[in-house]
Amino acid sequence: MIVVMAASLALLVCMAGLTLGSTLLSPLEVIAELFGLGDGENAYIVMTLRLPRVLLSFLAGAALGIAGLILQSVIRNPLASPDIIGITNGAAVAATLYTALLMGKWGVAGLPFAAMLGAGTVSLLIYLLSWNKGVTPIRLVLIGIGMAAAAGAVTTMMTVLSPTMVASQAYIWMIGTVYAANYAEVGAMLVVIGVLVPLTLILTRPAHVQELGDDVATSLGDAVQRHRTLFIVISVALAGSAVAYAGTIGFVGLVAPHIARTLIGRSFYLLVPVAGLLGGFLVCAADVIGRTLFLPYDMPAGIFTAAIGAPFFIYLLYRNRNL
Amino acid sequence: MQLETKSLTLGYGHKTVIDALDLQIHEGKISVLIGSNGCGKSTLLRSLARLIKPEDGTVLLDGKQLAQWSTKELAKQLAILPQGPIAPEGLTVRQLVEQGRYPHQGLLTPKSARDEWLINQALEATQLTLHAQRAVDSLSGGQRQRAWIAMALAQDTPILLLDEPTTYLDMTHQIEILDLLFELNRQAGRTIIMVLHDLNLACRYADHIIALRDQRIYAQGKPEEVISAAVVKAVFDLDCEVIRDPLFGTPLVIPYGKRKGYAE
Repeated sequence: MIVVMAASLALLVCMAGLTLGSTLLSPLEVIAELFGLGDGENAYIVMTLRLPRVLLSFLAGAALGIAGLILQSVIRNPLASPDIIGITNGAAVAATLYTALLMGKWGVAGLPFAAMLGAGTVSLLIYLLSWNKGVTPIRLVLIGIGMAAAAGAVTTMMTVLSPTMVASQAYIWMIGTVYAANYAEVGAMLVVIGVLVPLTLILTRPAHVQELGDDVATSLGDAVQRHRTLFIVISVALAGSAVAYAGTIGFVGLVAPHIARTLIGRSFYLLVPVAGLLGGFLVCAADVIGRTLFLPYDMPAGIFTAAIGAPFFIYLLYRNRNL
Repeated sequence: MQLETKSLTLGYGHKTVIDALDLQIHEGKISVLIGSNGCGKSTLLRSLARLIKPEDGTVLLDGKQLAQWSTKELAKQLAILPQGPIAPEGLTVRQLVEQGRYPHQGLLTPKSARDEWLINQALEATQLTLHAQRAVDSLSGGQRQRAWIAMALAQDTPILLLDEPTTYLDMTHQIEILDLLFELNRQAGRTIIMVLHDLNLACRYADHIIALRDQRIYAQGKPEEVISAAVVKAVFDLDCEVIRDPLFGTPLVIPYGKRKGYAE
């Protein structure tokens, strides 16, 4: 079944992530190390450097994929993604502000929190501005696009006005990188996903019924506004935390749900895990490519998700050109 | 269950569409709302289904204000089919009809035997059993409308509201849908309230006609009692002749327009 295939793909890319790098390891050596049977020679490389990085990139990608799926379902538009609704840009503004003003005082550790706060604030703003006795998809999108543009402008302005070092630090974060990942971050992402994904799956029926339109959904007894708010909160939390720990990795939230839908169709409870697995695969693969293809340079994963994502986005626009 | 309004006022912003309206829906009968464009028929229908909140006055179901019913409980009593509903791409007829069971299911409860039975009944009543696996958007206009009605049937409610269910259909399909609704009323006793544009079809199928004009009910009653040239002139500003339909005996409205017919 598709889910099994996606899961195997995911495992493959994780394995690739663990074996490839400036020091090439064999799969056997990696497996030995994972189960504590190795000779400790490669322990540092596998356990400290690569494993957290592979896990974090995968989890961040999964969170983004599912966040994108939820938004596309709520907004009833295949072009929706966390990028459009301003989540990623809100996080970027906060992160850039933090890098420019507070990094010196509080260090890198505070960056994820700033990013999450930024994502949450912007999303709340968008939601409130869209509120008019309820929130409709079209209003969310329009205001989201406006906010994204505004946030982008603020970020660019700050980057231009800051000293070079700050600017390049912020810039690298914004492109999206999982460099220097650690287990604390992996743990945090696991908690986020562990709580929110089952919650999303429980809401499968409301997701399906809302596809029929607000009027029909209300007629069928769905608490449309309540469920919609819940969906948006889940999506923001997922995307916000992914962005907080891995930077603004673009396009995953757009691409992963689409591919999932092409493979699976409409079934929400199948789409969620597949979008997650595909999203994880995309980011993990992008990260692996980024740090192996241009050795000794370590390119941020965001570049490669954009490289795959941008043409895909153009293809999507082309396919929907008659709308 | 008695559905009625008391002094209902509906509006958008500063515009009042319905003013202090008292209306009692006849249980187990087919009621049709008629009136010129923009007279508030759809608005009234939607307020009966709690899709619109009243500016003033109330809608009562079984003596209880609509606002006091829980959404799920209300969905078990009332089903509304809005105008021109859109099915998601690729959704099959059966999948659409299954959604009709939503108010009877929790978030995680599996489909029950009764759910299955009602879905199959709904498909049979709308003659879509053979088309159950086809995508809704691949069906003809009449079939598509039947699929949506099947969904409302699966919802298993005593009251069914339909907003212009025949507006985008050709004549054959219009008759097909109205015949189906007529059957549902006569055989299962469902209360049906619908907005129709075609005056003659309204007369043919309705037990009770409610004509709206100037934010109020201008006239209501059996088609023979309500529809006359004078009423049509008042409600629609249309000159006409009203004769007796040779097939069904109900009023048949023949409009004049600019030309005066044989007399010219």
